[in-house]
Amino acid sequence: MVRFENVGLRYGLGPEILRDLNFLIPAHSFQFLTGPSGAGKTSLLKLLFLSLRPTRGLVNLFGRDVSLLGKNEVADLRKRIGIVLQDFRLLDHMTTYENVSLPFRVIGRDESSYRKEVIDLLKWVGLGDRMDALPPILSGGEKQRAAIARAVISRPQLLLADEPTGNVDPTLGRRLLRLFIELNKTGTAVVIATHDITLMDQYEARRLVLHQGRLHIYE
Amino acid sequence: MSRIDDHVPLVDLGDERPQVAARARIQSPIVPRASISGRALVAVVAIMTFLASMTTGAVLLISASASEWQSDVASEITIQVRPQAGRNLDKDVAAIVDAMRTQPGIVDARPFSKQESSQLLEPWLGSGLSLDDLPVPRVIVARVSPGTALDLAALRSRILGVAPSASVDDHRAWIERMRSMSGATVAAGLGILALVIVATIISVSFATRGAMAANRPIVEVLHFVGAGDRYIADRFFRHFLLLGLEGGLIGGGAAMLLFGFSESIAGWFSGTPVGDQFAALLGTFSLRPSGYLVLAVQAVMIAAITAWASRRTLFATLDDIE
Repeated sequence: MVRFENVGLRYGLGPEILRDLNFLIPAHSFQFLTGPSGAGKTSLLKLLFLSLRPTRGLVNLFGRDVSLLGKNEVADLRKRIGIVLQDFRLLDHMTTYENVSLPFRVIGRDESSYRKEVIDLLKWVGLGDRMDALPPILSGGEKQRAAIARAVISRPQLLLADEPTGNVDPTLGRRLLRLFIELNKTGTAVVIATHDITLMDQYEARRLVLHQGRLHIYE
Repeated sequence: MSRIDDHVPLVDLGDERPQVAARARIQSPIVPRASISGRALVAVVAIMTFLASMTTGAVLLISASASEWQSDVASEITIQVRPQAGRNLDKDVAAIVDAMRTQPGIVDARPFSKQESSQLLEPWLGSGLSLDDLPVPRVIVARVSPGTALDLAALRSRILGVAPSASVDDHRAWIERMRSMSGATVAAGLGILALVIVATIISVSFATRGAMAANRPIVEVLHFVGAGDRYIADRFFRHFLLLGLEGGLIGGGAAMLLFGFSESIAGWFSGTPVGDQFAALLGTFSLRPSGYLVLAVQAVMIAAITAWASRRTLFATLDDIE
C-alpha cells in the first residue's frame, strides 16, 4: 500500500530531518510511529498524506509514484486516506455533526444516506449530546474525538493519526484505540504517531521508531 | 473511490443505538456567509456598481438629449429672405411659403411675422424696434415630414427661382457639430465606464484575496477530506457570486433610486425658469425604462465580473495551498 525507498526530507536549505527512510506499510496493517519530540513524526505523516513531497527518494502510495501526481490525482488519493492532526482542524462555523460528515459531503452523498452512520459514530466517541455544538465551545478532548470521527467516518484505506489520545483521559483513550482496532479489522491500515508508551503497550503492533531522522522498525 | 466493507457498521452501539430515525439536518454552507472580509467585498462591489451606474446613466441621458435635439433640428428647414433693392420682401416671402407648401415632404411652412422677428432680435437690439427702418431678413420655418429624404439642391434652386435673395439652411453643419460633441461625450463616458470596470476587477481581486486568506483554514480542511480544487472553487465561486449580486443590487439599486429621485426633482421644478433651462439642456432628465434595464444588466454583469475575478484569484490561491 505504501512504499518508501531512500526517502529524505529537508525544509528549504536546512539539514535533512528525515534520512534514508526505507519501509513498507502493508494493507490491513497496524503500526505505531513513535520517537522523541522533533524526531520528524509529523513530517513523516505529512509525507504519507501528500502534504509534503520528499526532497529525494521514492514514495509510492496505492501503487502510484507520488512525484508524478497532479493536483486532482492527489485529491483522489486523499479520499482514500483519513488523517487526525494535533490541531484538529475543525471548521468553526459547522456543527460537530457537519464536521464529521464533511468527507461524505464533498463526494456528493445525500445527507439521508449517511445521517445514521454519523450519529452512531458520534455516540460511540462520546459526542452524542454534542452533535449540534460548534467547535469553539467544545473542550480539547471533544475536538479531538470529533477530528478522529471525521477521519474514520468514510472508512479510509489508510488512517494516519498524530497523537490521537493526547487530550483525553485514559479510559477514553482506550475506547478510541478500540475504534482504531475495529477500523483496522475492517481492512484499514492504521498508523498512529504517539509518545504514549501506555497506549502502545495496550496493543501488540508493529512499531516504527524515528530517531535522529532515521527509522527503526520493530515487528 | 474504493471503500472498505461499506455494509458493515463501523461501530456497534448495542443498546445505545437510537431507536427512532434521525431527523434531517439543515446543512451549513461550506463557506460561511457572514464574515468581515465578505462584508468588505460587498461594500467594494456596491460602491463600484454605483459609480459605474452613475456613469452609464449620465451617458444615456446625454445621448438621449443629444438625439432629441438632433431630431428636433433635423426636422426643420430655415429659409432666410434678405431684402433686395427692387423686390417686395413680403411678396417674396408669400411666394416662397406657397412654393414650400406644394413641395412634397414639407408638412408645413410658416413665415415669422414682423413682430416675431423683432422679438427674436429684441435681446440684441432692445425693445420698441421697428423692422421697417432696418434691412432685417425674414425667416420662414418649414417642417419636414419625418423620414423624408428631401432633395435639398432641387428645393434650393426652386426657391432661388422664386426669390433670388433667399438662402436655405437645413442645419446640417450644426447637427454635425452636435453629433461630434455628443459622440465625444458618450465616448468619454464609455472610457470612464471602462476604467471603473477595470478598477472593479482590481479592487475585487484584492478583496477576494483578503477573503480567501481569511478562509484559508477552510480550504485546508477541504483538502484534508479529499475535496479537489474544482469542488472547492465551485463552492467559493457560488459564495463570491452571491456576494457580488448583493453588492450589485445595493449599488445598482441606489443609482436607480437616485435617477428616479432626480426625475421627480426635475418634475417639481418644471415650469420654473431653472427647470426650463435644465429641460432645454438635458431634456426631460429622465431615464427611459430601457435605461433602467441597462443599469440592472450592468449590476448583474459586475456581479459576474466579481465572481470571475474571484475564481481567477481563487485558483491562484489554491495553487499556493498544498
